[in-house]
Amino acid sequence: MTNRILALIKARSAKTVAAFMALTFLLSTPCFAYTLPAASPITVLPIDHAKFLAGQKFDFLVEVHDAVSANITVTVNGTAAEQYFGKTAAVKLDKSLASYRIDNVAFKNAGTLEIAVRAATADGPATRAVRYEVVNNVAPKRAKNVILFIGDGMSLQARQMARILSKGITEGRYNDLLEMEKMSNTAIITTSGYDSLVTDSANSASAYATGHKSVVNAMGVYADSTPDPFDDPKVENIVELAKRTRGMATGIVSTANITDATPAAMVAHTRRRSELNTIAASMLDARHRPDVILGGGAQQFLPMATPGSKRKDNRNLIEEFKALGYSFSGSRSELLSTPLAATKLLGLYNLDNMNVYLDREVLKNPTVLGGFDDQPNLMSMTGKAINTLSKNPNGFFLMVEGASIDKQLHVLDWQRATYDTIELDKAIGVAKEFARKNGDTMIIVVADHAHGASITGTYHERDGKTGREAVRIYADSVYPTFEDRDGDGFPDNPDPDVTLAVQFANHPDFNASYRLQQQPTVPAIMANGKAVANPQTQGEFQPGNIPASDPSEVHAADDIILNAQGPGSEYFNGVMDNTEVFFAMARALGLDGKRGLK
Amino acid sequence: MKRRLIPRLAGVLLWLLLTGNGILGGLQPERAVPGGEPPLSIRRAQAAPFWDAWLRSPATPLAFNELYSGASSLGLELSPKLKSLEGKRVVMTGFMAPPLKPTLAFFVLTQTPMAICPFCSSDADWPSNIILVKLSQPVDSLPFDQPIAVTGMLELGTQVDSETGFVSLVRIQADTVERAD
Repeated sequence: MTNRILALIKARSAKTVAAFMALTFLLSTPCFAYTLPAASPITVLPIDHAKFLAGQKFDFLVEVHDAVSANITVTVNGTAAEQYFGKTAAVKLDKSLASYRIDNVAFKNAGTLEIAVRAATADGPATRAVRYEVVNNVAPKRAKNVILFIGDGMSLQARQMARILSKGITEGRYNDLLEMEKMSNTAIITTSGYDSLVTDSANSASAYATGHKSVVNAMGVYADSTPDPFDDPKVENIVELAKRTRGMATGIVSTANITDATPAAMVAHTRRRSELNTIAASMLDARHRPDVILGGGAQQFLPMATPGSKRKDNRNLIEEFKALGYSFSGSRSELLSTPLAATKLLGLYNLDNMNVYLDREVLKNPTVLGGFDDQPNLMSMTGKAINTLSKNPNGFFLMVEGASIDKQLHVLDWQRATYDTIELDKAIGVAKEFARKNGDTMIIVVADHAHGASITGTYHERDGKTGREAVRIYADSVYPTFEDRDGDGFPDNPDPDVTLAVQFANHPDFNASYRLQQQPTVPAIMANGKAVANPQTQGEFQPGNIPASDPSEVHAADDIILNAQGPGSEYFNGVMDNTEVFFAMARALGLDGKRGLK
Repeated sequence: MKRRLIPRLAGVLLWLLLTGNGILGGLQPERAVPGGEPPLSIRRAQAAPFWDAWLRSPATPLAFNELYSGASSLGLELSPKLKSLEGKRVVMTGFMAPPLKPTLAFFVLTQTPMAICPFCSSDADWPSNIILVKLSQPVDSLPFDQPIAVTGMLELGTQVDSETGFVSLVRIQADTVERAD
């Protein structure tokens, strides 16, 4: 074979030679194969193939199941782990679970590492080897600031719904694109956690914040096997790194409870996202206390004795923040009248999640708003956050979440979800305007997971047909009749004559109406442990196609889209793992994790 | 005090005899929700006997949207009507949220049917305007999908349930729980 090729090389032109060389290479390359990981009684956390920023702090934990002794040998690239990290390990045997733990360590230099573990189990000696990668890449042109926009549950289809409603489509061509679609770089992002194919918002936001995958309901930690939600091994997050290594300003903004999974994952460390009391209090911790905290969820900040509080203690976190110099605002007008000199903001605009844009700014039904009739929109929250954070000469990291895209898709309310996607897009416009003037800011727009919502066609009842027969498919899918005559980016009528037919790949039992629900309405309720169609709704009954234990539409494992612009955004290209969002931010900022390390 | 108690005790005894509750066992309730799960109906234990109206003070209707007169990020403001009814009998219509455990002698009354079970899910949370309904004995079957009317004594003030850690602000010590039509 080789001889024949060599003979041909002499005879043929360079172009042909190159083609034959490529063919030879392909023929000699073995087919890609993969196997399932072998089961092991030894768990190493961080997990196999974990990637670290050089100097990023983490807790190292080895657990041995079916252990007969606490005698565990751990080496890092052949050196005893205690010697490598310069710290003594805490070793213990609790029944048949042995553990070996060294907290608050870091890998100082880039490269690959092999961790080897030996332990004694009931089935005899066991070994385990895992590999880590440590990086310290710096972008050629560094960004001073990073703004990370997370559209919670904002699948590709959710973005397209926003494009159709916000920009309109004429004879097959969109009249314009969304702000998030007019950015220099695009990547497809995979979202799975290390425990399961389908992720949740805690786990996915944690991947963005730390560069490490975790499990459903967890943030800033790997999950150990004990039930305590606060003892799991931690990994340092972007807010902590930005503060520790460079004294940057940091901020979190969301339309949800500010203790909800996505904003919480930027700062907190817990195995269980529902520990909201603790997450709220954790935001006071100087290591990751954001300078700007704007969102809903005052219920977690008020003392138990205050009506409306969800705390189980009498701490008044609003007063504690104020004592640290934070300007507090509880409404839109208070936010807008915050003193210009303020460098620290706490804004909580609802006891619970903020209302969605459609209810807050368009329909304004007093029953739905429940007294909260002066909530700011995401554009003004984003603008105020940027103005405040940009006073820090060391730069800033800001995360802005459009939270209810997800919450409304969960309840099959694509109209409310879409208005919130448009609201997020307009907030992105505010950030792009800041970046245009300053040129030193990387902006990232990404979802955290997808939903099973699909645009099947359009829906109208012009010919008297209703329900599924009025879902217009293929050539019958005449264009929807949304219009934005006032040019505010939102369609004037959320429920026009011809609307979109949005259908869901997964759903509980529900009654499909295809039309806008005048008030937020859940599709299904729990009755005796089973989700049944909400008896308060009308429409065509659709039997659920997911377990009856869940009364909502659920996340999809579908890949999501990321857009980015500004210094460092060239990192985003092709298909990427969700943890790369962290490494792109660290690279763009040129964060040096070794700074400030003892 | 004693004079008021005696007819009540007599009433309860007579009612126990008439209904056979706790002696003859409950009746088989009808089905309300598809899916083959245990039937949903009102336990007779929580139904008031017909003479109850003679013995108790009349119940003032109280709606969910009458609980609070103001809401802000600094908390809810209890309405004058709610405050004026503290310690008095009220009747409220709402939905029963799925209970934490079937053995609990309380449940949560909500304005709309609950999509979530905050007791069961790791993530879900209760709405702000919930009522904790205390019962003289645990209920094991009530309809979650149909409105129910709860009558009883109104209690106000933050209280923590010792068994579950559940924090409540507005409670009804129920004497009657029945289907609202």
